[in-house]
Amino acid sequence: MSDINSRGYSNPDKLVSTDWVAANLNEAGIRIIESNEDPLLYPSGHIPGAVEVDWVKDLNDPLRRDYLDKSGFEALASRIGITSETTVVFYGDKSNWWATYALWVFELFGHSNAKIMDGGRLKWAEEGRELTREKPSISPTSYSAPERDDSQIRAFRDGVLAHIQVNGQLVDVRSPGEYTGEKLHMEGYPQEGAVRGGHIPGADNVPWSRAANEDGTFKTAAELRAIYLDEIGLNPGQPTVAYCRIGERSSHTWFVLTNLLGFSDVRNYDGSWTEWGNSVGVPIEK
Amino acid sequence: MPVYPPKLQDYLDDFGFISTRDERIDFLIAISDDFEPVPASVATKPYEEAHRVIGCESEAFVWAIDRPDGTLDFHFDVLNPQGLSAMAMCAILDQSCSGAPLEQVAAINGEVVFTFFGKDISMGKGRGLTEIINAVVYAANQRLALP
Repeated sequence: MSDINSRGYSNPDKLVSTDWVAANLNEAGIRIIESNEDPLLYPSGHIPGAVEVDWVKDLNDPLRRDYLDKSGFEALASRIGITSETTVVFYGDKSNWWATYALWVFELFGHSNAKIMDGGRLKWAEEGRELTREKPSISPTSYSAPERDDSQIRAFRDGVLAHIQVNGQLVDVRSPGEYTGEKLHMEGYPQEGAVRGGHIPGADNVPWSRAANEDGTFKTAAELRAIYLDEIGLNPGQPTVAYCRIGERSSHTWFVLTNLLGFSDVRNYDGSWTEWGNSVGVPIEK
Repeated sequence: MPVYPPKLQDYLDDFGFISTRDERIDFLIAISDDFEPVPASVATKPYEEAHRVIGCESEAFVWAIDRPDGTLDFHFDVLNPQGLSAMAMCAILDQSCSGAPLEQVAAINGEVVFTFFGKDISMGKGRGLTEIINAVVYAANQRLALP
């Protein structure tokens, strides 16, 4: 894959290469963070010095359906040894799907000095770089976080309802089968299911993974524009909402639209289909 | 209460004693280290799509080979090198279902996935792992249906 700075991204500083990470492993002020779907991966081998942030136990409130609060984020930040000045670099499995989710949550707390390692865990491993099972020894830090700010990059159901009233831009990043309502996969997974299938009216379907190459790196800005601007006609200057089933896949698309294509106002609707498809009276298209 | 293959029941009993997430993960990683992909004498890449586990994002494949005693030998591969959970699931099934009475294999409920991996796994992963079990159960049922 080409050099990140040559790909035409609006904010190339949000991405770093595996070479960059390898050269900065021991740099003070940088914390490498692995976030995966598969909880076996980090303990089985991770980038030396990297800490783990788990999407279930670290980022979500243990009781309510919501993200951790200010005190929870401060405790997490302390445990992984970062301050508000630390540059955090996320990487993970599934083409950085979970890494972008963690980054999005960190940005809710204003920790915008956050980057993604292009290509994620797979690229690092396939380049034959070192993975270790040794957990780093981290000295807890003191981190004073602001209250979580849900007003800028997060969407809620009522906001989405208002958004569709004005024909706002919506991207459904699920698989085509989920978008059309053919697939629900309720059996065995009631915690994430929905009683209705389909999509939010007006949403265009672009599965999140189309933004990634086979090796997990992000496509070039020209390739991304061909998908999001030329193919489905999104306007970078207009408010845009991305959603999936619980807001993890759509955080990948949020990252792409916001940081790689420079969209000015993108929100991730984390309630997504598990809220919309279970809500009484909301409109649905198939 | 269904009767499962004894080795599978042993695994279920062992996982029933696990009290922490770290214990569970360490146990599963140790099992995944024992994963052995399908031998070349059974299948070589590219594999026939008929053996692919539909719904498994880690790209698992399953083969069921007749044994002289009327039971089945199960073989697996997982193409995604990061599919450790799938490898652990395949290793458990390989060790516990190969040579086991087919009625016991056919009785396995896919929900044992949650005994092994816990209830907080993602929907995609839960589905993929369950489908690996379903593929084994399907093969056992197919064999049982033969005269």
